[in-house]
Amino acid sequence: MMRFIIPFIAFVAISVFLYLGLNLNPREVPSPLVGKPAPAFTLPQLHEPGKNFSPQDMRGKVWLLNVWASWCVACKEEHPILVALAKQDVVPIYGMDYKDKSEDAKAWLEHGGNPYVLSISDTEGRIGIDYGVYGVPETYVIDKQGIIQYKQIGPVTPQGLKEKILPLVAELQKK
Amino acid sequence: MRRLLILLLCLIPLFAFAGEAKDIAEDPVLEKRMIGLAENLRCLVCQNESLASSHADLANDLRREVREQMKKGMTDQQIIDYLVSRYGDFVLYDPPVRTSTVVLWFGPLLMFLAGGAWLFFQLRRRRKSVPETRLTPEAEQRAADLLDDDKN
Repeated sequence: MMRFIIPFIAFVAISVFLYLGLNLNPREVPSPLVGKPAPAFTLPQLHEPGKNFSPQDMRGKVWLLNVWASWCVACKEEHPILVALAKQDVVPIYGMDYKDKSEDAKAWLEHGGNPYVLSISDTEGRIGIDYGVYGVPETYVIDKQGIIQYKQIGPVTPQGLKEKILPLVAELQKK
Repeated sequence: MRRLLILLLCLIPLFAFAGEAKDIAEDPVLEKRMIGLAENLRCLVCQNESLASSHADLANDLRREVREQMKKGMTDQQIIDYLVSRYGDFVLYDPPVRTSTVVLWFGPLLMFLAGGAWLFFQLRRRRKSVPETRLTPEAEQRAADLLDDDKN
């Protein structure tokens, strides 16, 4: 009897591991920045390059920093969701236009709608490296003290928004 | 006419010369150090390539970043620490021992020991299950005869 039970248990164990492995997303690398202060930067605004923006300006507010680009395919999928979110006016969304040409970026926003309070241009992707960006779109939830509380890698989905981001924002806003 | 054509054909290779590959960095020593470091770092976009060999845009940017930090006089360890603080242990091809990586580090050893123990006990059990049997005197005689037969 034992000679059948042991291989059977081994088979089940391997199957469980393989099944779990299939459902893991290797692209989702846990960010070490969660729980740490959002890296400081000063970058020119996309629409008014004469003006700068830096995350310190947002102290005392809960906000979303969305990294996007006009060349990014997955951003297209995400964009209408952000536009709808901006209309609800629950949390300000700031955009970081990552490694993009400003004309392309502006045209893209004109075409698809602009959910951002403002966007900043990280033309060379340097601030992106500081934020650990490796696949646009990425979205950071930053609290009143300027701490990154959550990082969404890949497009924001309606489900992710409802289940994760919005409850977190509401909780952080109460603090 | 034909000779002219042949002559022209012979001249074609003149247009095919290749330019010397441009040195990416002004400083070959620094470039070598950068590549040495980047070989042990993972590109986050194409995850099975090292930062040194990847052609992804991000890898390019990260190489530039590493180069610049080296120029600033930062040590290799400082640069690695910077990248880990941004991208996590995932950028390292040589992950540090942590609670989350214990299985990775010691799992194979554990499996080796478990397999060894299993083999040990199996062999011991088998030795017990095959007892030495004494032959009856007749059988022994027959065996000796057969062996003698062989000699002749």
